[in-house]
Amino acid sequence: MIQFILLFSRQGKLRLQKWYTSQTDKSKKKITREIIAAVLSRKPKMSSFLEWKDLKIVYKRYASLYFCCAIEQDDNELLTLETIHRYVELLDKYFGSVCELDIIFNFEKAYFIFDEFILGGEIQETSKKSVLKAVNDQDVIQEVETPQGLIDEY
Amino acid sequence: MRGDAMRGLAVFISDIRNCKSREAELRRINKELTNIRQRFRADKTLDGYQKKKYVCKLLFIFLLGHDIDFGYMEAVNLLSSNKYTEKQIGYLFISVIMNSSTEMKQLIIQNIRNDLQSRNPIFINLALQCVANIGDREMAIAFTNDIPRLLISGDTLDAVKQSAALCLLRLHRTSSDSLQLNTEWTARIIHLLNDQHLGVATAAVSLIDALVKRNPDEYRGCVNLAVSRLSRIVTSSYTDFQDYTYYFVPAPWLCVKLLRLLQNYPPPEDPSVRSRLNECLDTILNKAQEPLKSKKVQHSNARNAVLFEAINLIIHMDCESSLLVRACNQLGQFLQNRETNLRYLALESMCLLAASEFSHEAVKKHQETVINALKSERDVSVRQRAVDLLYAMCDRSNAQDLVQEMLAYLETADYTIREEMVLKIAILSEKYAVDYSWYLDVMLKLIRIAGDFVSEEVWYRVIQVVVNRTDVQSYAAKIAFEALQAPACHENMVKVGGYILGEYGNLIALDPRSTPMIQFNLLHSKYHLCSPATRCLILSTYMKFMNLFPEIKHHIQEILRHDSNYRSSDVEIQQRATEYLRLSEICNPTVLATILEIMPPYPEKQSPLLVRLKQKKPLMEANGATESQPAASGNTDDGPKLTETAIHLNQQAQHQNGLLVSLDTPESNGHHEESTSHHSSSAKKFLFKNSDIIFENELIQVGIKGESTKSTLRIELYYGNKTNSHLTHFSADIFTPGDLQTALRMNFDPIKSTIDPKAQIKQTGTIDCIKDFAELPTMNISFLHNNMLQKIDYAFPLYLNKFIEKAEMDSNNFFLRWRNLDKPNQECQKIFPAKFPMVYNDCNQKLEDFGWSSLVGIDVNAENFCGAGIINTSTQPIGCLYRLEPNKQAKMYRLTIRSSKEGVANRLMELLEDQF
Repeated sequence: MIQFILLFSRQGKLRLQKWYTSQTDKSKKKITREIIAAVLSRKPKMSSFLEWKDLKIVYKRYASLYFCCAIEQDDNELLTLETIHRYVELLDKYFGSVCELDIIFNFEKAYFIFDEFILGGEIQETSKKSVLKAVNDQDVIQEVETPQGLIDEY
Repeated sequence: MRGDAMRGLAVFISDIRNCKSREAELRRINKELTNIRQRFRADKTLDGYQKKKYVCKLLFIFLLGHDIDFGYMEAVNLLSSNKYTEKQIGYLFISVIMNSSTEMKQLIIQNIRNDLQSRNPIFINLALQCVANIGDREMAIAFTNDIPRLLISGDTLDAVKQSAALCLLRLHRTSSDSLQLNTEWTARIIHLLNDQHLGVATAAVSLIDALVKRNPDEYRGCVNLAVSRLSRIVTSSYTDFQDYTYYFVPAPWLCVKLLRLLQNYPPPEDPSVRSRLNECLDTILNKAQEPLKSKKVQHSNARNAVLFEAINLIIHMDCESSLLVRACNQLGQFLQNRETNLRYLALESMCLLAASEFSHEAVKKHQETVINALKSERDVSVRQRAVDLLYAMCDRSNAQDLVQEMLAYLETADYTIREEMVLKIAILSEKYAVDYSWYLDVMLKLIRIAGDFVSEEVWYRVIQVVVNRTDVQSYAAKIAFEALQAPACHENMVKVGGYILGEYGNLIALDPRSTPMIQFNLLHSKYHLCSPATRCLILSTYMKFMNLFPEIKHHIQEILRHDSNYRSSDVEIQQRATEYLRLSEICNPTVLATILEIMPPYPEKQSPLLVRLKQKKPLMEANGATESQPAASGNTDDGPKLTETAIHLNQQAQHQNGLLVSLDTPESNGHHEESTSHHSSSAKKFLFKNSDIIFENELIQVGIKGESTKSTLRIELYYGNKTNSHLTHFSADIFTPGDLQTALRMNFDPIKSTIDPKAQIKQTGTIDCIKDFAELPTMNISFLHNNMLQKIDYAFPLYLNKFIEKAEMDSNNFFLRWRNLDKPNQECQKIFPAKFPMVYNDCNQKLEDFGWSSLVGIDVNAENFCGAGIINTSTQPIGCLYRLEPNKQAKMYRLTIRSSKEGVANRLMELLEDQF
């Protein structure tokens, strides 16, 4: 099972985090710090896998963003790489040529896509069409519900 | 894309991004927090949209790494909104921030319950996703009926079923005892594997996998369904699965999950299911050979992900040798692939293949490639895998080469993996040492080139081996002495060298290059460079020198008296110096000799090195666990101490005997069991006894009883299950490699394949001795315990003496025969130090138990033992005579054996020379 997923920039700034096991905020911060440091210190040409405590870390860089999955010993590393890739494809399709900024400004959408694709640390739905349809349906509801034309203040 | 969402949120995010400094960012955040707090407090009329927006801002601030301590109530309020997007943000906030919150738990559960009962499936799904994210014990209790019902009900939408399956999985994982799944649902849950909708099947397999792990018997039906689903996928064209095909690979996620599910069970028993599964695995292996359908890495990754999982299953089943060998060949190809990921994974999987008897040889074919990987890989984690694989593929045939390669690599190896490499080299060189002088050469080289990484266990073990093997002690003294002569010498070398010289320095003292004084001076030249702990050890060596070399006693006493020791600021040094000095002054040589007696052998338990390696890598060493029971190594604090260790270890030995009695019948081991119990700890198993425990670990115990008539030995083997669960697929085989095949003929009855908890099964058989032999047969045991395959290989302790028959004769007859056996290869004579107290009755008993006679009144010296026996082989009887002469002053024995067939005397000598 996937234990957690982290998205962070080349500068080491965390952009998104999804935890599938209960952790205290303190330990989340500690784990995140350690993993970001470990992954950023990897050189190109190295394998996409590293052992971290009793977990396996599978990571891949897309443009300026690192996508990083922590899986258990008997999980499949190569398939996890493709899980990451499928998620990137979903983001790309949804935002239309996704970039880091899309994820910063629409972090809630990135979460909603996660929940349609992966649930409880396991793949729920691998069909790109089905996942995107579910997320787009949500947006249709949002269009209807959002009061249009109001000046938005804070 | 989406409709324009919350503008206020977007503005806030840009503001944060435009902040030039960390301080500015903090100020902006604090301003926002104050604003939100005021809004929440003052404005009771905030509408849902505004609440949603503020809650979202809080979320963003939280994700930046700040603590959020308010807004929870507003978020929970959003749950009861009838607007989907508001509800959705409420759930997101709860999932991300409140994953173990307290007071509002009941309120949240109530809201979830309402949504689960909603008629709107998208509301139901939001609630399910929330439970899947943060589900806990309370939720498991609250929804123990609602969620399973959603899963199996006929009119639930597919998307809801998928979420429900994984939601249940979360509840099962966090609190399986609170989640009561009705057994009537089992069949329907299993049948989700067959669901038309691939997404439903994909989600369901994960749930079933977890349920199977908890209750394999109840869910056994899933095997057939999984095999047939898998078969349908792998035999279809990728075009059949539309959107579930991923870069030309049909449903890779589902395939991998199914292949993992099957790894929970032994190979299917139904032949048709089994052959269908084998076909699937075959097809997957075949597809790996087809040309790639796309240059994209996604295609090859997905295809190989399925392949690696199939190989895992093949290894798990460990019964189809053709599949195992094919898997091995495939991985061999990957070793040369330009993708680092594939090389890494191939090395990892090959480690598992190396542990299977079917594929061990096939793995060895890739030895060169793996050694090259060690030298040329740029990624340290890949090199680490290569080391793991070399370790796994090592056996008697290639040990010398592999150890040499690993030693060579060690000199340049990354610091991060050196300690583990040292351990592995130490284990392999001991395990496969044909010649213990080779072992010692390796170990001293190891200390020389990687002294800093030699942990205590490693050098303790060197000493244990030397203490236990009389044949290597003088060589050990010689090379330890030589090693100490190096100008710069690692402290661990000083420890080992010091200890060995203290015990066996006398064995090289006649050489003018290593007289007692030279030994002492050499060691003392290192003394002041060492840490206090090492100095303490050297002081003990000096003390032993006083016994071995009385002529240098004064020099040593002088050292002990020296202020730097006698008044050392280190308490331990001071104490040793004072006590040793006093001891040397008040004791007469005999008392001193008793106190400083040579170290008794250590009991042969599991090597502490394996324990250490397992601690370092808890998951790697599944195959290393075959040695024997988990060791309680008695000496982890200080070096092996002079006396305490011996006492402590002897207690262990007695404890081991206690277990032993449990299988023996009372009449088979009369009183002598007691009289020799404290001596026999290092005895070869089954050598002096007719019943023994020949193997034991935490799972099983194997006992043996034997009785011989002429050249036939009747054997009873007892396999005892020590666990509280069944051992299934149990098999035990004895192999006679090489020459043994023509020397022994074995015939064993079949045994049951299952052993009940805490029960034992018995196997009877016969072994016929056709001609004399030297090697030991090997015994392979395998079984499933908790669905984990366990394999045990060990030397089956069948020695030539089991076929000896006593021969009685008078003095004339004895010496007449003795003189007749005077050809060079008919006699073997050895002088060796006593390992046990030199008690007449004990010796006599051992000789009798060995199988030949112990004749009284033959030898002129009543202290000596003489006797005779006939080794019955079906080709010829072999006569043998012996004479054992104890020298109590020197604490030595001289043993002479003569036999009618050339070479046999040597073999008998090997069996006995370390037993007195």
